[in-house]
Amino acid sequence: MIKFQDISKKYGEKEVLKQISSSIPKGKITSLIGPNGAGKSTLLSIISRLLKQDEGNVTLMDRDISSIKNNEIAKQLSILKQSNNLDLKLTVKDLVSFGRFPYSKGRLTEADWEQVNRALDFSELKELENDYLDELSGGQRQRAFLSMIIAQDTEYVLLDEPLNNLDMKHSVKVMKTLRRLVDELGKTVIIVIHEINFAAQYSDHILAMKDGKIKYNEATNDVIECEKLKDIFGIEFDIIEKENKKICNYFNL
Amino acid sequence: MMLRRNLIILIISLLAIIIVFMLYDTGKNLDYVIPRRLLRLATLLVVGISVAYSSLLFQTITNNKILTPAIMGYESIFILFQTIIVFIYGDKTFEVINHTDNFVYAVLLMMGFSLIMYFLIFSKGNKNIYYLLLMGLVLGTLFQTLAQFVQIIIDPNEFSMIESYMFVSFNKMNESLLLMGSIILIATLAICQPYLKYLDVIALGREHAINLGLDYSKLIKIYMIIISLLVSVSTALVGPVTFLGILVTNLTYELFPNTKHKQMVWICSLIACLALLIGQFLVEHVFNFSTTVSIVINFVGGLYFLFILLRSRKTI
Repeated sequence: MIKFQDISKKYGEKEVLKQISSSIPKGKITSLIGPNGAGKSTLLSIISRLLKQDEGNVTLMDRDISSIKNNEIAKQLSILKQSNNLDLKLTVKDLVSFGRFPYSKGRLTEADWEQVNRALDFSELKELENDYLDELSGGQRQRAFLSMIIAQDTEYVLLDEPLNNLDMKHSVKVMKTLRRLVDELGKTVIIVIHEINFAAQYSDHILAMKDGKIKYNEATNDVIECEKLKDIFGIEFDIIEKENKKICNYFNL
Repeated sequence: MMLRRNLIILIISLLAIIIVFMLYDTGKNLDYVIPRRLLRLATLLVVGISVAYSSLLFQTITNNKILTPAIMGYESIFILFQTIIVFIYGDKTFEVINHTDNFVYAVLLMMGFSLIMYFLIFSKGNKNIYYLLLMGLVLGTLFQTLAQFVQIIIDPNEFSMIESYMFVSFNKMNESLLLMGSIILIATLAICQPYLKYLDVIALGREHAINLGLDYSKLIKIYMIIISLLVSVSTALVGPVTFLGILVTNLTYELFPNTKHKQMVWICSLIACLALLIGQFLVEHVFNFSTTVSIVINFVGGLYFLFILLRSRKTI
Protein backbone atom coordinates (compact mmCIF):
# COMPACT_ATOMS: atom_id res chain seq x y z
CA MET A 1 0.00 0.00 0.00
CA ILE A 2 1.34 3.44 -0.95
CA LYS A 3 0.38 6.30 1.32
CA PHE A 4 1.59 9.85 1.35
CA GLN A 5 1.07 12.46 4.01
CA ASP A 6 1.32 16.24 4.07
CA ILE A 7 3.52 16.34 0.99
CA SER A 8 4.72 19.82 0.11
CA LYS A 9 7.10 20.84 -2.62
CA LYS A 10 8.35 24.20 -3.77
CA TYR A 11 10.28 25.06 -6.91
CA GLY A 12 11.95 28.27 -5.83
CA GLU A 13 9.11 30.42 -4.53
CA LYS A 14 6.38 28.57 -6.35
CA GLU A 15 4.47 26.02 -4.31
CA VAL A 16 3.67 23.07 -6.56
CA LEU A 17 2.27 20.73 -3.95
CA LYS A 18 0.44 22.06 -0.93
CA GLN A 19 0.32 19.62 1.97
CA ILE A 20 -1.46 16.82 0.19
CA SER A 21 -2.28 13.44 1.71
CA SER A 22 -3.90 10.34 0.31
CA SER A 23 -3.33 6.70 -0.44
CA ILE A 24 -3.36 4.65 -3.63
CA PRO A 25 -5.84 1.75 -3.79
CA LYS A 26 -4.24 -1.64 -4.41
CA GLY A 27 -4.87 -3.79 -7.47
CA LYS A 28 -6.29 -0.96 -9.55
CA ILE A 29 -5.30 1.52 -12.25
CA THR A 30 -5.27 4.97 -10.72
CA SER A 31 -5.09 7.92 -13.09
CA LEU A 32 -3.66 11.25 -12.00
CA ILE A 33 -5.44 13.91 -14.01
CA GLY A 34 -5.50 17.69 -13.95
CA PRO A 35 -4.43 20.74 -15.94
CA ASN A 36 -0.80 21.53 -16.73
CA GLY A 37 1.11 22.66 -13.66
CA ALA A 38 -1.28 20.97 -11.23
CA GLY A 39 1.61 18.99 -9.73
CA LYS A 40 0.79 15.52 -11.07
CA SER A 41 4.24 14.63 -12.34
CA THR A 42 5.85 16.15 -9.26
CA LEU A 43 3.69 13.99 -7.02
CA LEU A 44 4.53 10.91 -9.06
CA SER A 45 8.25 11.70 -8.88
CA ILE A 46 8.06 12.15 -5.12
CA ILE A 47 6.20 8.89 -4.60
CA SER A 48 8.82 7.12 -6.68
CA ARG A 49 11.79 8.82 -4.86
CA LEU A 50 13.08 10.51 -8.02
CA LEU A 51 12.45 13.84 -6.34
CA LYS A 52 12.76 14.80 -2.69
CA GLN A 53 9.78 16.46 -1.05
CA ASP A 54 10.25 19.51 1.17
CA GLU A 55 7.81 18.22 3.77
CA GLY A 56 5.75 15.14 4.46
CA ASN A 57 6.44 11.47 4.00
CA VAL A 58 5.67 8.61 1.66
CA THR A 59 5.11 5.13 3.05
CA LEU A 60 5.38 1.92 1.10
CA MET A 61 3.80 -1.03 2.91
CA ASP A 62 3.80 0.87 6.19
CA ARG A 63 7.49 1.77 6.02
CA ASP A 64 8.83 5.22 5.33
CA ILE A 65 10.25 5.11 1.82
CA SER A 66 13.38 7.06 2.77
CA SER A 67 14.28 4.33 5.28
CA ILE A 68 14.08 1.50 2.75
CA LYS A 69 17.15 0.53 0.74
CA ASN A 70 17.01 1.67 -2.85
CA ASN A 71 17.44 -1.83 -4.16
CA GLU A 72 14.56 -3.08 -2.01
CA ILE A 73 12.29 -0.35 -3.36
CA ALA A 74 13.25 -1.34 -6.90
CA LYS A 75 11.74 -4.77 -6.26
CA GLN A 76 8.47 -3.24 -5.07
CA LEU A 77 7.99 -0.15 -7.15
CA SER A 78 8.97 0.84 -10.67
CA ILE A 79 8.77 4.20 -12.39
CA LEU A 80 8.90 5.17 -16.06
CA LYS A 81 9.24 8.84 -16.96
CA GLN A 82 8.34 10.55 -20.21
CA SER A 83 11.50 11.13 -22.15
CA ASN A 84 13.23 7.95 -23.10
CA ASN A 85 15.64 8.99 -25.77
CA LEU A 86 18.77 6.98 -25.42
CA ASP A 87 21.88 7.37 -27.45
CA LEU A 88 22.83 3.76 -26.90
CA LYS A 89 23.23 0.75 -29.11
CA LEU A 90 20.92 -1.64 -27.27
CA THR A 91 18.57 -4.32 -28.48
CA VAL A 92 15.05 -4.57 -27.11
CA LYS A 93 15.94 -7.74 -25.29
CA ASP A 94 18.99 -6.12 -23.67
CA LEU A 95 16.87 -3.25 -22.46
CA VAL A 96 14.20 -5.53 -21.06
CA SER A 97 16.85 -7.61 -19.29
CA PHE A 98 17.85 -4.49 -17.33
CA GLY A 99 14.52 -4.90 -15.58
CA ARG A 100 16.09 -7.82 -13.72
CA PHE A 101 18.99 -5.73 -12.40
CA PRO A 102 17.57 -5.26 -8.88
CA TYR A 103 17.45 -9.03 -8.51
CA SER A 104 20.52 -10.24 -10.33
CA LYS A 105 22.93 -7.26 -10.44
CA GLY A 106 23.65 -7.90 -14.09
CA ARG A 107 24.27 -11.66 -13.84
CA LEU A 108 20.97 -13.00 -15.07
CA THR A 109 19.97 -16.47 -13.99
CA GLU A 110 17.80 -18.89 -15.91
CA ALA A 111 14.76 -17.68 -13.97
CA ASP A 112 15.60 -14.07 -14.81
CA TRP A 113 15.69 -14.80 -18.54
CA GLU A 114 12.40 -16.57 -18.23
CA GLN A 115 10.96 -13.45 -16.66
CA VAL A 116 12.45 -11.34 -19.47
CA ASN A 117 10.88 -13.57 -22.11
CA ARG A 118 7.55 -13.45 -20.32
CA ALA A 119 7.69 -9.66 -20.26
CA LEU A 120 8.48 -9.58 -23.99
CA ASP A 121 5.55 -11.87 -24.67
CA PHE A 122 3.28 -9.88 -22.41
CA SER A 123 3.94 -6.64 -24.28
CA GLU A 124 3.91 -8.43 -27.66
CA LEU A 125 7.46 -7.50 -28.54
CA LYS A 126 8.79 -10.99 -29.13
CA GLU A 127 9.34 -10.46 -32.86
CA LEU A 128 11.23 -7.21 -32.24
CA GLU A 129 13.49 -8.53 -29.50
CA ASN A 130 16.68 -8.39 -31.54
CA ASP A 131 16.03 -4.98 -33.08
CA TYR A 132 18.05 -2.01 -31.91
CA LEU A 133 16.19 0.62 -29.92
CA ASP A 134 17.27 3.50 -32.13
CA GLU A 135 15.70 1.75 -35.13
CA LEU A 136 12.25 1.48 -33.56
CA SER A 137 9.32 3.85 -33.87
CA GLY A 138 8.38 5.98 -30.88
CA GLY A 139 5.48 3.72 -30.00
CA GLN A 140 7.53 0.56 -30.17
CA ARG A 141 10.28 2.14 -28.08
CA GLN A 142 7.77 3.18 -25.44
CA ARG A 143 6.47 -0.37 -25.32
CA ALA A 144 10.03 -1.68 -24.99
CA PHE A 145 10.54 0.50 -21.92
CA LEU A 146 7.21 -0.65 -20.56
CA SER A 147 8.36 -4.19 -21.10
CA MET A 148 11.48 -3.50 -19.01
CA ILE A 149 9.23 -2.31 -16.18
CA ILE A 150 7.15 -5.46 -16.53
CA ALA A 151 10.28 -7.60 -16.30
CA GLN A 152 11.12 -5.74 -13.10
CA ASP A 153 8.02 -7.48 -11.75
CA THR A 154 7.08 -4.94 -9.10
CA GLU A 155 3.88 -4.68 -7.12
CA TYR A 156 3.53 -1.01 -8.05
CA VAL A 157 4.02 0.37 -11.54
CA LEU A 158 4.20 4.15 -11.91
CA LEU A 159 4.10 5.78 -15.34
CA ASP A 160 4.45 9.43 -16.22
CA GLU A 161 2.44 10.17 -19.38
CA PRO A 162 3.00 6.82 -21.06
CA LEU A 163 0.92 7.90 -24.05
CA ASN A 164 2.94 11.00 -24.83
CA ASN A 165 3.57 11.24 -28.59
CA LEU A 166 1.89 7.91 -29.35
CA ASP A 167 -0.71 7.45 -32.06
CA MET A 168 -4.14 6.00 -31.24
CA LYS A 169 -3.22 2.44 -32.02
CA HIS A 170 -0.16 2.41 -29.80
CA SER A 171 -1.94 4.32 -27.06
CA VAL A 172 -4.70 1.73 -26.94
CA LYS A 173 -2.12 -1.03 -27.00
CA VAL A 174 -0.25 0.46 -24.05
CA MET A 175 -3.45 0.97 -22.06
CA LYS A 176 -4.61 -2.58 -22.76
CA THR A 177 -1.26 -3.91 -21.60
CA LEU A 178 -1.63 -1.92 -18.37
CA ARG A 179 -5.17 -3.24 -17.95
CA ARG A 180 -3.88 -6.80 -18.28
CA LEU A 181 -1.11 -6.07 -15.78
CA VAL A 182 -3.80 -5.26 -13.24
CA ASP A 183 -6.42 -7.85 -14.21
CA GLU A 184 -4.16 -10.81 -14.89
CA LEU A 185 -1.14 -10.19 -12.69
CA GLY A 186 -2.78 -8.21 -9.89
CA LYS A 187 -0.37 -5.25 -10.07
CA THR A 188 -1.17 -1.72 -8.97
CA VAL A 189 -0.71 0.88 -11.70
CA ILE A 190 -0.51 4.65 -11.26
CA ILE A 191 -0.39 6.82 -14.36
CA VAL A 192 -0.24 10.50 -15.11
CA ILE A 193 -2.44 10.99 -18.13
CA HIS A 194 -3.65 13.96 -20.17
CA GLU A 195 -6.29 12.54 -22.47
CA ILE A 196 -9.36 12.36 -20.24
CA ASN A 197 -11.04 9.66 -22.31
CA PHE A 198 -8.19 7.20 -21.80
CA ALA A 199 -8.54 7.76 -18.07
CA ALA A 200 -12.32 7.35 -18.28
CA GLN A 201 -12.13 4.16 -20.33
CA TYR A 202 -9.27 2.26 -18.75
CA SER A 203 -8.77 3.33 -15.17
CA ASP A 204 -10.58 2.23 -12.03
CA HIS A 205 -9.81 5.19 -9.89
CA ILE A 206 -9.11 8.84 -10.54
CA LEU A 207 -7.11 11.29 -8.51
CA ALA A 208 -7.84 14.75 -9.87
CA MET A 209 -5.47 17.58 -8.98
CA LYS A 210 -5.57 21.31 -9.40
CA ASP A 211 -3.17 24.00 -8.15
CA GLY A 212 -1.15 21.60 -6.03
CA LYS A 213 -4.12 20.13 -4.23
CA ILE A 214 -6.21 17.01 -4.61
CA LYS A 215 -9.67 17.96 -5.83
CA TYR A 216 -11.33 14.58 -6.25
CA ASN A 217 -10.21 11.12 -5.26
CA GLU A 218 -12.94 8.71 -6.28
CA ALA A 219 -13.90 5.81 -8.53
CA THR A 220 -13.64 6.70 -12.22
CA ASN A 221 -17.34 7.01 -13.01
CA ASP A 222 -17.90 9.28 -10.01
CA VAL A 223 -15.28 11.77 -11.17
CA ILE A 224 -16.30 11.79 -14.83
CA GLU A 225 -19.20 14.20 -14.40
CA CYS A 226 -19.79 17.49 -16.20
CA GLU A 227 -19.61 19.69 -13.13
CA LYS A 228 -16.53 18.07 -11.62
CA LEU A 229 -14.57 18.08 -14.88
CA LYS A 230 -15.49 21.68 -15.48
CA ASP A 231 -14.23 22.49 -12.02
CA ILE A 232 -10.90 20.77 -12.70
CA PHE A 233 -10.16 21.86 -16.25
CA GLY A 234 -12.19 25.05 -16.54
CA ILE A 235 -13.93 24.12 -19.80
CA GLU A 236 -17.36 22.71 -20.66
CA PHE A 237 -17.87 18.96 -20.91
CA ASP A 238 -20.55 16.81 -22.45
CA ILE A 239 -20.64 13.22 -21.24
CA ILE A 240 -21.89 10.31 -23.31
CA GLU A 241 -22.50 7.00 -21.63
CA LYS A 242 -21.99 3.74 -23.44
CA GLU A 243 -21.99 0.27 -21.89
CA ASN A 244 -21.36 1.69 -18.44
CA LYS A 245 -18.26 3.54 -19.68
CA LYS A 246 -18.27 7.30 -20.04
CA ILE A 247 -16.89 9.24 -22.97
CA CYS A 248 -16.22 12.95 -22.63
CA ASN A 249 -16.75 15.39 -25.42
CA TYR A 250 -15.13 18.76 -24.88
CA PHE A 251 -14.96 20.00 -28.46
CA ASN A 252 -17.00 22.91 -29.81
CA LEU A 253 -19.01 23.44 -26.66
CA MET B 1 31.49 -13.34 -33.61
CA MET B 2 32.57 -10.17 -35.31
CA LEU B 3 33.38 -8.82 -31.85
CA ARG B 4 35.61 -11.73 -31.01
CA ARG B 5 37.47 -11.32 -34.28
CA ASN B 6 37.89 -7.59 -33.68
CA LEU B 7 39.23 -8.26 -30.21
CA ILE B 8 41.76 -10.79 -31.47
CA ILE B 9 42.95 -8.43 -34.20
CA LEU B 10 43.28 -5.71 -31.58
CA ILE B 11 45.36 -7.80 -29.19
CA ILE B 12 47.62 -9.08 -31.98
CA SER B 13 48.23 -5.58 -33.30
CA LEU B 14 49.02 -4.31 -29.83
CA LEU B 15 51.56 -7.10 -29.28
CA ALA B 16 53.03 -6.47 -32.72
CA ILE B 17 53.42 -2.74 -32.14
CA ILE B 18 54.99 -3.40 -28.73
CA ILE B 19 57.58 -5.67 -30.32
CA VAL B 20 58.26 -3.23 -33.13
CA PHE B 21 58.41 -0.33 -30.70
CA MET B 22 60.95 -2.13 -28.56
CA LEU B 23 63.15 -3.64 -31.24
CA TYR B 24 62.99 -1.42 -34.35
CA ASP B 25 66.31 0.15 -35.24
CA THR B 26 67.91 -0.34 -31.85
CA GLY B 27 71.45 0.22 -33.02
CA LYS B 28 74.36 -1.30 -31.16
CA ASN B 29 73.94 0.21 -27.75
CA LEU B 30 71.31 -2.23 -26.46
CA ASP B 31 72.06 -1.68 -22.76
CA TYR B 32 71.16 1.94 -23.15
CA VAL B 33 68.33 1.80 -25.64
CA ILE B 34 66.25 -1.09 -24.30
CA PRO B 35 65.74 0.13 -20.70
CA ARG B 36 64.84 3.60 -21.96
CA ARG B 37 62.34 2.19 -24.38
CA LEU B 38 60.91 -0.04 -21.68
CA LEU B 39 60.39 3.00 -19.50
CA ARG B 40 58.58 4.81 -22.30
CA LEU B 41 56.53 1.73 -23.10
CA ALA B 42 55.42 1.35 -19.49
CA THR B 43 54.53 5.04 -19.30
CA LEU B 44 52.51 4.81 -22.49
CA LEU B 45 50.60 1.85 -21.14
CA VAL B 46 49.85 3.56 -17.81
CA VAL B 47 48.71 6.73 -19.57
CA GLY B 48 46.70 4.80 -22.16
CA ILE B 49 44.79 2.87 -19.52
CA SER B 50 44.16 5.96 -17.38
CA VAL B 51 42.89 8.02 -20.28
CA ALA B 52 40.69 5.23 -21.64
CA TYR B 53 39.19 4.36 -18.27
CA SER B 54 38.54 7.93 -17.21
CA SER B 55 37.07 8.99 -20.55
CA LEU B 56 34.78 6.00 -20.77
CA LEU B 57 33.54 6.47 -17.21
CA PHE B 58 33.05 10.17 -17.79
CA GLN B 59 31.12 9.69 -21.01
CA THR B 60 28.91 7.07 -19.39
CA ILE B 61 27.95 9.15 -16.37
CA THR B 62 27.32 12.22 -18.51
CA ASN B 63 25.51 10.23 -21.23
CA ASN B 64 27.53 12.07 -23.81
CA LYS B 65 29.92 10.61 -26.34
CA ILE B 66 31.89 13.70 -27.26
CA LEU B 67 33.00 14.85 -23.81
CA THR B 68 36.23 14.09 -22.01
CA PRO B 69 37.17 14.81 -18.40
CA ALA B 70 39.21 17.73 -19.78
CA ILE B 71 36.00 19.76 -19.72
CA MET B 72 36.07 19.65 -15.93
CA GLY B 73 39.20 21.77 -15.92
CA TYR B 74 41.56 19.26 -14.30
CA GLU B 75 44.28 20.05 -16.75
CA SER B 76 44.10 23.78 -16.26
CA ILE B 77 44.46 23.22 -12.52
CA PHE B 78 47.56 21.23 -13.20
CA ILE B 79 49.05 23.91 -15.44
CA LEU B 80 48.14 26.64 -12.95
CA PHE B 81 49.80 24.69 -10.15
CA GLN B 82 53.01 24.24 -12.14
CA THR B 83 52.97 27.89 -13.16
CA ILE B 84 52.60 29.08 -9.58
CA ILE B 85 55.41 26.84 -8.35
CA VAL B 86 57.74 28.16 -11.01
CA PHE B 87 56.57 31.70 -10.30
CA ILE B 88 57.43 31.35 -6.61
CA TYR B 89 60.69 29.43 -6.80
CA GLY B 90 61.90 30.55 -10.19
CA ASP B 91 64.83 28.61 -11.61
CA LYS B 92 65.42 26.96 -8.25
CA THR B 93 62.09 25.14 -8.56
CA PHE B 94 63.45 21.65 -8.86
CA GLU B 95 65.98 22.11 -6.11
CA VAL B 96 63.15 23.01 -3.72
CA ILE B 97 60.60 20.49 -4.87
CA ASN B 98 61.49 17.21 -6.54
CA HIS B 99 59.47 15.54 -9.27
CA THR B 100 57.85 13.00 -7.00
CA ASP B 101 56.58 15.55 -4.50
CA ASN B 102 55.37 17.70 -7.32
CA PHE B 103 53.45 14.77 -8.68
CA VAL B 104 51.87 13.94 -5.33
CA TYR B 105 50.81 17.54 -4.77
CA ALA B 106 49.35 17.77 -8.26
CA VAL B 107 47.33 14.60 -7.74
CA LEU B 108 46.04 15.75 -4.35
CA LEU B 109 45.17 19.16 -5.72
CA MET B 110 43.17 17.79 -8.63
CA MET B 111 41.32 15.36 -6.38
CA GLY B 112 40.58 18.07 -3.85
CA PHE B 113 39.26 20.26 -6.64
CA SER B 114 36.84 17.64 -7.91
CA LEU B 115 35.61 16.84 -4.40
CA ILE B 116 35.01 20.49 -3.55
CA MET B 117 33.19 20.98 -6.83
CA TYR B 118 31.11 17.93 -6.17
CA PHE B 119 30.05 18.91 -2.69
CA LEU B 120 29.41 22.52 -3.67
CA ILE B 121 26.97 21.39 -6.28
CA PHE B 122 25.37 18.28 -4.88
CA SER B 123 25.14 19.21 -1.20
CA LYS B 124 22.08 21.28 -1.98
CA GLY B 125 20.20 18.24 -3.18
CA ASN B 126 19.10 17.25 -6.61
CA LYS B 127 21.27 19.27 -8.91
CA ASN B 128 21.75 18.02 -12.37
CA ILE B 129 25.11 16.63 -13.47
CA TYR B 130 25.32 19.29 -16.19
CA TYR B 131 25.67 21.94 -13.49
CA LEU B 132 28.79 20.14 -12.45
CA LEU B 133 30.14 20.15 -16.00
CA LEU B 134 29.34 23.81 -16.57
CA MET B 135 30.92 24.80 -13.26
CA GLY B 136 33.99 22.79 -14.22
CA LEU B 137 34.10 24.47 -17.61
CA VAL B 138 33.86 27.97 -16.13
CA LEU B 139 36.37 27.32 -13.34
CA GLY B 140 38.68 25.61 -15.83
CA THR B 141 38.66 28.73 -17.97
CA LEU B 142 39.29 30.87 -14.89
CA PHE B 143 42.32 28.80 -13.88
CA GLN B 144 43.61 28.80 -17.42
CA THR B 145 43.38 32.57 -17.62
CA LEU B 146 45.05 32.95 -14.24
CA ALA B 147 47.85 30.67 -15.38
CA GLN B 148 48.27 32.70 -18.57
CA PHE B 149 48.41 35.89 -16.55
CA VAL B 150 51.17 34.54 -14.34
CA GLN B 151 53.00 33.17 -17.39
CA ILE B 152 53.05 36.61 -18.96
CA ILE B 153 54.69 38.25 -16.00
CA ILE B 154 57.38 35.66 -15.29
CA ASP B 155 60.84 35.49 -16.72
CA PRO B 156 60.91 33.99 -20.26
CA ASN B 157 63.53 31.46 -19.17
CA GLU B 158 61.29 30.25 -16.43
CA PHE B 159 58.37 30.18 -18.82
CA SER B 160 60.16 27.55 -20.87
CA MET B 161 60.13 25.34 -17.79
CA ILE B 162 56.34 25.57 -17.64
CA GLU B 163 56.07 25.03 -21.34
CA SER B 164 57.52 21.57 -20.99
CA TYR B 165 54.52 20.73 -18.79
CA MET B 166 51.97 22.08 -21.20
CA PHE B 167 52.79 19.69 -24.00
CA VAL B 168 52.70 15.99 -23.73
CA SER B 169 55.98 14.37 -23.95
CA PHE B 170 56.90 10.82 -23.28
CA ASN B 171 60.54 11.64 -23.45
CA LYS B 172 60.86 13.32 -20.07
CA MET B 173 59.74 10.36 -18.00
CA ASN B 174 61.54 9.12 -14.95
CA GLU B 175 61.24 5.92 -13.01
CA SER B 176 60.05 7.23 -9.66
CA LEU B 177 57.16 9.11 -11.27
CA LEU B 178 56.21 6.06 -13.28
CA LEU B 179 56.25 3.90 -10.18
CA MET B 180 53.95 6.26 -8.29
CA GLY B 181 51.66 6.60 -11.28
CA SER B 182 51.42 2.84 -11.66
CA ILE B 183 50.66 2.32 -7.98
CA ILE B 184 47.88 4.90 -8.06
CA LEU B 185 46.54 3.43 -11.30
CA ILE B 186 46.44 -0.13 -9.98
CA ALA B 187 44.88 0.92 -6.69
CA THR B 188 42.24 2.97 -8.49
CA LEU B 189 41.38 0.15 -10.86
CA ALA B 190 41.02 -2.20 -7.91
CA ILE B 191 38.66 0.25 -6.21
CA CYS B 192 36.75 0.71 -9.45
CA GLN B 193 36.28 -2.98 -10.21
CA PRO B 194 33.15 -3.67 -8.07
CA TYR B 195 31.46 -0.56 -9.45
CA LEU B 196 31.88 -1.42 -13.13
CA LYS B 197 28.68 -3.46 -13.31
CA TYR B 198 26.58 -0.43 -12.37
CA LEU B 199 27.88 1.54 -15.35
CA ASP B 200 25.62 -0.32 -17.78
CA VAL B 201 22.63 0.90 -15.79
CA ILE B 202 24.02 4.41 -15.25
CA ALA B 203 24.24 4.64 -19.05
CA LEU B 204 20.44 4.48 -19.19
CA GLY B 205 20.25 7.82 -17.36
CA ARG B 206 19.50 9.00 -13.84
CA GLU B 207 15.82 8.10 -13.66
CA HIS B 208 16.22 4.58 -14.96
CA ALA B 209 19.21 4.06 -12.68
CA ILE B 210 17.21 5.05 -9.61
CA ASN B 211 14.26 2.99 -10.78
CA LEU B 212 16.53 -0.02 -11.02
CA GLY B 213 17.61 0.44 -7.44
CA LEU B 214 20.96 2.24 -7.67
CA ASP B 215 22.05 4.84 -5.16
CA TYR B 216 22.68 7.25 -8.01
CA SER B 217 24.27 10.23 -6.28
CA LYS B 218 26.60 8.07 -4.20
CA LEU B 219 27.75 6.21 -7.31
CA ILE B 220 28.36 9.41 -9.26
CA LYS B 221 30.48 10.66 -6.37
CA ILE B 222 32.57 7.49 -6.46
CA TYR B 223 32.99 7.67 -10.23
CA MET B 224 34.02 11.32 -10.04
CA ILE B 225 36.73 10.49 -7.51
CA ILE B 226 37.97 7.63 -9.68
CA ILE B 227 38.00 9.87 -12.75
CA SER B 228 39.89 12.63 -10.96
CA LEU B 229 42.51 10.13 -9.76
CA LEU B 230 43.02 8.72 -13.24
CA VAL B 231 43.13 12.12 -14.92
CA SER B 232 45.65 13.27 -12.35
CA VAL B 233 47.85 10.29 -13.09
CA SER B 234 47.89 10.80 -16.84
CA THR B 235 48.15 14.58 -16.71
CA ALA B 236 50.90 14.60 -14.11
CA LEU B 237 52.86 11.95 -16.00
CA VAL B 238 52.78 13.40 -19.50
CA GLY B 239 50.50 16.46 -19.63
CA PRO B 240 47.12 17.00 -21.29
CA VAL B 241 46.01 14.62 -24.05
CA THR B 242 42.61 16.03 -24.98
CA PHE B 243 41.52 14.18 -28.06
CA LEU B 244 42.87 10.77 -27.15
CA GLY B 245 39.84 10.10 -24.93
CA ILE B 246 37.30 10.95 -27.60
CA LEU B 247 39.21 9.02 -30.23
CA VAL B 248 39.49 5.79 -28.28
CA THR B 249 36.03 5.71 -26.69
CA ASN B 250 34.28 6.31 -29.98
CA LEU B 251 36.39 3.72 -31.74
CA THR B 252 35.36 1.33 -28.98
CA TYR B 253 31.67 2.09 -29.40
CA GLU B 254 32.01 1.62 -33.13
CA LEU B 255 34.02 -1.60 -33.18
CA PHE B 256 32.34 -3.21 -30.17
CA PRO B 257 28.72 -2.12 -30.11
CA ASN B 258 26.47 -3.46 -27.39
CA THR B 259 29.24 -4.54 -25.04
CA LYS B 260 29.05 -4.50 -21.26
CA HIS B 261 31.15 -1.84 -19.57
CA LYS B 262 33.07 -4.47 -17.67
CA GLN B 263 34.64 -5.58 -20.94
CA MET B 264 34.46 -2.21 -22.63
CA VAL B 265 36.91 -0.53 -20.22
CA TRP B 266 39.59 -3.04 -21.12
CA ILE B 267 38.93 -2.94 -24.84
CA CYS B 268 39.04 0.83 -24.69
CA SER B 269 42.34 0.66 -22.80
CA LEU B 270 43.78 -1.64 -25.46
CA ILE B 271 42.81 0.81 -28.18
CA ALA B 272 44.26 3.73 -26.24
CA CYS B 273 47.59 1.95 -25.74
CA LEU B 274 47.65 1.01 -29.40
CA ALA B 275 46.98 4.61 -30.48
CA LEU B 276 49.65 6.00 -28.16
CA LEU B 277 52.25 3.45 -29.19
CA ILE B 278 51.68 4.04 -32.88
CA GLY B 279 51.82 7.79 -32.28
CA GLN B 280 55.03 7.56 -30.29
CA PHE B 281 56.60 5.22 -32.82
CA LEU B 282 55.85 7.69 -35.60
CA VAL B 283 57.30 10.51 -33.54
CA GLU B 284 60.50 8.61 -32.87
CA HIS B 285 61.19 7.05 -36.23
CA VAL B 286 59.30 9.00 -38.87
CA PHE B 287 59.34 12.54 -37.50
CA ASN B 288 62.66 12.05 -35.69
CA PHE B 289 61.40 13.76 -32.53
CA SER B 290 60.61 16.91 -34.45
CA THR B 291 57.08 16.77 -33.05
CA THR B 292 55.44 15.26 -29.97
CA VAL B 293 52.96 12.46 -29.68
CA SER B 294 50.23 14.79 -28.42
CA ILE B 295 50.31 16.70 -31.68
CA VAL B 296 50.01 13.49 -33.68
CA ILE B 297 47.19 12.18 -31.46
CA ASN B 298 45.35 15.47 -31.37
CA PHE B 299 45.61 15.78 -35.14
CA VAL B 300 44.21 12.31 -35.78
CA GLY B 301 41.73 12.59 -32.90
CA GLY B 302 40.57 16.00 -34.05
CA LEU B 303 39.91 14.74 -37.56
CA TYR B 304 38.00 11.80 -36.18
CA PHE B 305 36.02 14.11 -33.90
CA LEU B 306 34.97 16.21 -36.92
CA PHE B 307 34.02 13.02 -38.71
CA ILE B 308 31.81 11.94 -35.78
CA LEU B 309 30.14 15.35 -35.67
CA LEU B 310 29.44 15.38 -39.39
CA ARG B 311 28.09 11.87 -39.36
CA SER B 312 25.82 12.37 -36.38
CA ARG B 313 24.40 15.43 -38.13
CA LYS B 314 23.40 13.27 -41.02
CA THR B 315 21.46 10.80 -38.91
CA ILE B 316 19.42 13.46 -37.11
